[in-house]
Amino acid sequence: MHRVAVIDYGMGNLRSVSKALEAVASEHEIIVTADAKAISNASHIVFPGVGAIRDCMSTLQQTGLDDIVRTAAASKPFLGICLGMQALMSHSEENSGTEGLGIIPGNVRYFDQAAAQGLKVPHMGWNQVSQRLHPLWHNISDDSRFYFVHSYYVDPQTEQSIAGVSDYSLKFASAVTRDNVFAVQFHPEKSQHAGLQLLKNFLDWDGLS
Amino acid sequence: MALAKRIIPCLDVDAGRVVKGVQFVDIRDAGDPVEIARRYDQQGADELTFLDITATHHERETMEEVVRAVASQVFIPLTVGGGIRTVADIRRMLNAGADKVGINSAAVKNPDFVREAAEKFGSQCIVVAIDAKKVSKAGEANRWEIFTHGGRQATGIDAVQWAQKMVELGAGEILLTSMDRDGTKSGFDLELTRAVSNAVSVPVIASGGVGKLQDLTDGIKLGHADAVLAASIFHFGEHTVEEAKQQMAEQGVEVRL
Repeated sequence: MHRVAVIDYGMGNLRSVSKALEAVASEHEIIVTADAKAISNASHIVFPGVGAIRDCMSTLQQTGLDDIVRTAAASKPFLGICLGMQALMSHSEENSGTEGLGIIPGNVRYFDQAAAQGLKVPHMGWNQVSQRLHPLWHNISDDSRFYFVHSYYVDPQTEQSIAGVSDYSLKFASAVTRDNVFAVQFHPEKSQHAGLQLLKNFLDWDGLS
Repeated sequence: MALAKRIIPCLDVDAGRVVKGVQFVDIRDAGDPVEIARRYDQQGADELTFLDITATHHERETMEEVVRAVASQVFIPLTVGGGIRTVADIRRMLNAGADKVGINSAAVKNPDFVREAAEKFGSQCIVVAIDAKKVSKAGEANRWEIFTHGGRQATGIDAVQWAQKMVELGAGEILLTSMDRDGTKSGFDLELTRAVSNAVSVPVIASGGVGKLQDLTDGIKLGHADAVLAASIFHFGEHTVEEAKQQMAEQGVEVRL
């Protein structure tokens, strides 16, 4: 049995994430927690989040969770979702510039090109993800659609970090990875079959390959 | 490869039961919100909207339970509207499993509530619902105004300007209902939809008037809507969400199939 910790730092609705995990893994223990010990005891870490990056980072720093997240991201299967993905990057343009956790080198940028082309921002709804080879895409067809809602996108420094690409006025990294870390811009917990399969794949992942 | 246009079935809920006669052919208990939500999910609905039409405060707790039950079985975005007046109302619905809340009359009463809500929870979960009615006469330039109380009370507020103001205050999406068309099955007010959609930077959901599948495609192609919301066309088993999407796809609308 895995012990899965969904990190609760007050940024958004974690119930959907934990419910979706329970739906695919009734045999595992799913806990929503901000407790350092519970997080370090967990076998798998899910790092979700919605809202603004500055609030996210300041909450992480104030609660000391930033170091706990860094430690977890260095050692066990770790899934970042939405703002939880953006927070892993080095820097974000949002809130006139905010430093991230720096776990994956790169920036978070505003969709200004989309806005300039008359596309709606936030990028909201079901978009396709073109996959790069990774165990978390197991049993999910390439170009499957996932549910997105975001106004900023991640721009990783190195091509090797990119695990999935989507198109919204420009091609952007909708999934990134590094060692035992995998992170997605979309919401797998709200992406029906494809999303649940990705969560299941995450729980089956040892973070090594 | 692009972002898909969304189809959103809408369910009116009163005291925990779906009302306005949902009649799927093969569901015995048509009033059960969880059962109906699951059915739409299976048909390929991109999101679901629940409109709480419960009058009493006490029974609002029932709505939370509905959301909680649906959210543990249906893994697509859920919006809850109706009676959202305070930050506490929003928190309660989000904690129950809603992804977005629809704010309507509370925004008209106090526009700053939208700002407060967006700052606290993020624009991504704040949908401002606008009920608009045409007030211009034939031959005049089109003009629509906001109405409250189910279309009975005029406010004198211009609908397009109101939508822009709501976006400035932090609305992440606009749910636009034509009070002239609602319940008529004569199609969306395409001019209204286009006027609002072209005037704001956030997605617009067209609502009110869907009577046939073509209306959905028209809302997207002619109304420039990003999503279409419908109730009765799906409730009575006339059409499934899947059929609607097939029809839209045949006419070149990008949908999630």
